[in-house]
Amino acid sequence: MNLQSSANEPAIELVGIDKKFGTVHANKNINLSVGKGSIHGIIGENGAGKSTLMSILYGFYHADEGEIRIQGRPVTIRDSQAAIAAGIGMVHQHFMLVENFTVLENVMLGAEGGQLLAKGVAGARKELKRLETDYGLDVDPDALIEELPVGNQQRVEILKALYRGADILILDEPTGVLTPAEADHLFRILQVLRDQGKTIILITHKLREIMAITDTVSVMRRGEMVATRKTAETTVTELAELMVGRRVLLRVEKGDANPGPVLLSVKNLTVKDGRGVTMVDDVSFDVRAGEIVGIAGVAGNGQSELLEALAGIRKPVSGEILIDGKPVGAADPAALRQLGLAHIPEDRHHMGLVLKFEEYENSILGYHHDPRYGRGSMLDLDAVRKSAEEQIEKYDIRPPNARLKTANFSGGNQQKIVVAREIERDPKMLLVGQPTRGVDIGAIEFIHRRIIEMRGAGKAVLLVSVELDEIRSLSDRILVMFAGKVVGEKTSDADEQTLGLMMAGIAA
Amino acid sequence: MSTASVPLPAWINYGVIPLLNLILAFLFSGLVVWAIGENPLEALNFLIQGALGRGDAIGFTLFYATSFIFTGLSVAVAFHAGLFNIGSEGQAYVGGLGAALVALSLDHYVPWYVTMPFAVVGAALFGAAWAFIPAWLQAKRGSHIVITTIMFNFIGAALMVYLLVNVFIVPGKMAPETRTFLAGGQLPKLDWLMALFGLKLGPAPFNVSFIIALVMCYLVWLLIWRTKLGYEMRTLGISPTAAVYAGIPYVRTVIIAMLISGGLAGMMSLNAVMGASARLQVEFVAGAGFVGIAVSLMGRSHPVGIVLAAILFGILYQGGADLSFEMPNITRDMIVVIQGLVIFFAGALEYMLRPAMVRLYQTATGK
Ligand SMILES: Nc1ncnc2c1ncn2[C@@H]1O[C@H](COP(=O)(O)OP(=O)(O)OP(=O)(O)O)[C@@H](O)[C@H]1O
Ligand SMILES: [Mg+2]
Repeated sequence: MNLQSSANEPAIELVGIDKKFGTVHANKNINLSVGKGSIHGIIGENGAGKSTLMSILYGFYHADEGEIRIQGRPVTIRDSQAAIAAGIGMVHQHFMLVENFTVLENVMLGAEGGQLLAKGVAGARKELKRLETDYGLDVDPDALIEELPVGNQQRVEILKALYRGADILILDEPTGVLTPAEADHLFRILQVLRDQGKTIILITHKLREIMAITDTVSVMRRGEMVATRKTAETTVTELAELMVGRRVLLRVEKGDANPGPVLLSVKNLTVKDGRGVTMVDDVSFDVRAGEIVGIAGVAGNGQSELLEALAGIRKPVSGEILIDGKPVGAADPAALRQLGLAHIPEDRHHMGLVLKFEEYENSILGYHHDPRYGRGSMLDLDAVRKSAEEQIEKYDIRPPNARLKTANFSGGNQQKIVVAREIERDPKMLLVGQPTRGVDIGAIEFIHRRIIEMRGAGKAVLLVSVELDEIRSLSDRILVMFAGKVVGEKTSDADEQTLGLMMAGIAA
Repeated sequence: MSTASVPLPAWINYGVIPLLNLILAFLFSGLVVWAIGENPLEALNFLIQGALGRGDAIGFTLFYATSFIFTGLSVAVAFHAGLFNIGSEGQAYVGGLGAALVALSLDHYVPWYVTMPFAVVGAALFGAAWAFIPAWLQAKRGSHIVITTIMFNFIGAALMVYLLVNVFIVPGKMAPETRTFLAGGQLPKLDWLMALFGLKLGPAPFNVSFIIALVMCYLVWLLIWRTKLGYEMRTLGISPTAAVYAGIPYVRTVIIAMLISGGLAGMMSLNAVMGASARLQVEFVAGAGFVGIAVSLMGRSHPVGIVLAAILFGILYQGGADLSFEMPNITRDMIVVIQGLVIFFAGALEYMLRPAMVRLYQTATGK
């Protein structure tokens, strides 16, 4: 099991890496070798141990056993400084940037080069210029981070790593937050980097991306490295099977819709963001019982604000939201939940979960007043834990431990915690934002099934996703949003091209 | 940030690191003592003897600790809701007014155990009232609670001096204080408790409010970790955005958390006013509110930690007083310096030793 991943000599070799967290065996005797100047993909189910392995390589965690060799030499990576010194750079899924600093300031942070800023700034500016021309990484060095779109913020993360002299770049689920166009741009950058001799490790759940860009790919399952393939010699179906250990339906079948009365109705809704910019502009639509309405659109075209307004989190400027024909006025999220509205938020880390809570505490977030969880003002922790354990079992959340801190679950399992909580409530209406972001294909299949079951049970489902595939395979009707307006409605058999044009604001 | 994400077992986090911080604080204090020209070991001996050497010493230590438990709990409750209440000092001061009013009106008629529940409520109500305006300003207007509670400390102090000088002063007397409460308005000493351990309380004012403080510890634990309100407070404290998502009402939660926090601070006055001096005096809080911040920080906002930290500060207070008596070179101000060092090492530098501990732990457990 030491398949050389490229003809070139290896840039990274992991030998017998083993890591346990208490009873969880996150990495079991992992061997991996990645050739210099190649792009190596790592795939695997949620909780398979991918991020842990990369954290070990980057010095966040320490392996219980095993050896790391960089460019043929054994190294001890005590912390991220040591990793940087060894030429390893990491692009975190959750960017570690100072929001109100400029790009230049962020890139320099921690590598200022001396006590006086001026010299460092000049040097950094020159270096940024060089990186830009060499790798096609164009970002305005004087732009503030908070004003950049996510795709550009990610480029800053890459620049940061390169600025510190990284030869090896680790990207853990980099496309989760990107629009398809941004993802394409990222891949072009990665290809240039590879051609210039950099070594890249890419973790992703999207097999399409693996096929499109990697040279070699390894599959992890339950802590073990189960296979390594040359990308050119494998298929999506084979990879999916290797990952899950069984055949996976890449597209869930659903019967015809059987729409009932209108449950959720939006009339001339206008919503502004914190800075007063109109994000949702005079939008109207209905969602009926027993149908799934998908909102397609490039991220940032008002879908997030629409969803937040419907969930009672953001106050609309004008317009009306009606549930069961009754205007909800300025109802807050708690009151809306009472009316049978559940909400899987787009941003699980800031909204859907309190990462410092133990799992069972998150399993009741928003529903803690439910009498099932204790009478009067007391919480009945036994009841809470019992229901949490039921959700864990039903949604196959791993590890099955309600007392584990939520931050210590893998990304996909965190998402399942949210989905389980909201769906198990048996709501009448379900708002769903990016339900499968960071979720493995087996779990995608599972979550899609549950959403379709909700539809079958006569619930009204509103789905917001930047994954066009997801929108197309789940929705009965598709509304396309562009610049805050609904620019058109299509049925689910609309072809990708037409939708793509509409999403780009070119009317079709 | 490099080692910050590496998890350490609880016994290191809550046991070894605080202990090492404490030892460091004492080492530095020892240096200071040595620089003044006194023998640090001797000084330490005086300190320990003065705080724990005799029955009355322990009594004084626990008396101070009682006040610190109340104020520590006060700071902790607010902290769990993400609020930094710097106003426990003022809330305790105004709380004293509540306790005194109850004692003054009932002490003629009923025994202490009848007065006590009313006094608890009175002290808590007045303390809570003093926390209400900053809470309201924070919740409704976004005025920062740190600033407003500090301001209210000053306003509270001025108000109390005014009342004591102009309203409560006993005619013909010079001291700005109320009349002495009769036995019905005093909280009895806990000499029987000390006697159980074969100790004599002597003149130390260690009194029933200690038991009230322990009951409050339990109630605070219950509130934070076993009630829906506590759940809401913790959610708000850790993640305000998740609190919005969950429909947790910001205004209500902030105000209630601050009312409880102010109420706990107010109860500190039971100990000082009804337990020790049997009258309301100016400046009876004497910094206990601020010590509460350090106690809560050191005790990691957990009642058990708060009790331990409060006793530690009780030792420093009582032992320090004895020390400056035995070694006149070490003035009261030096004691404050030593307390400051403890706060500095245990609170502010909480994370200083962490990276080293992570390394050690990793080497010890085989990398
Ligand atoms: N600090 C920790 N403490 C305890 N368990 C942990 C910790 N970090 C990770 N784990 C566990 O180790 C296992 C592997 O997690 P890891 O994050 O590496 O998975 P992953 O392959 O990246 O999954 P995903 O695709 O969902 O991101 C999981 O079961 C996870 O719960
Ligand atoms: Mg991961």
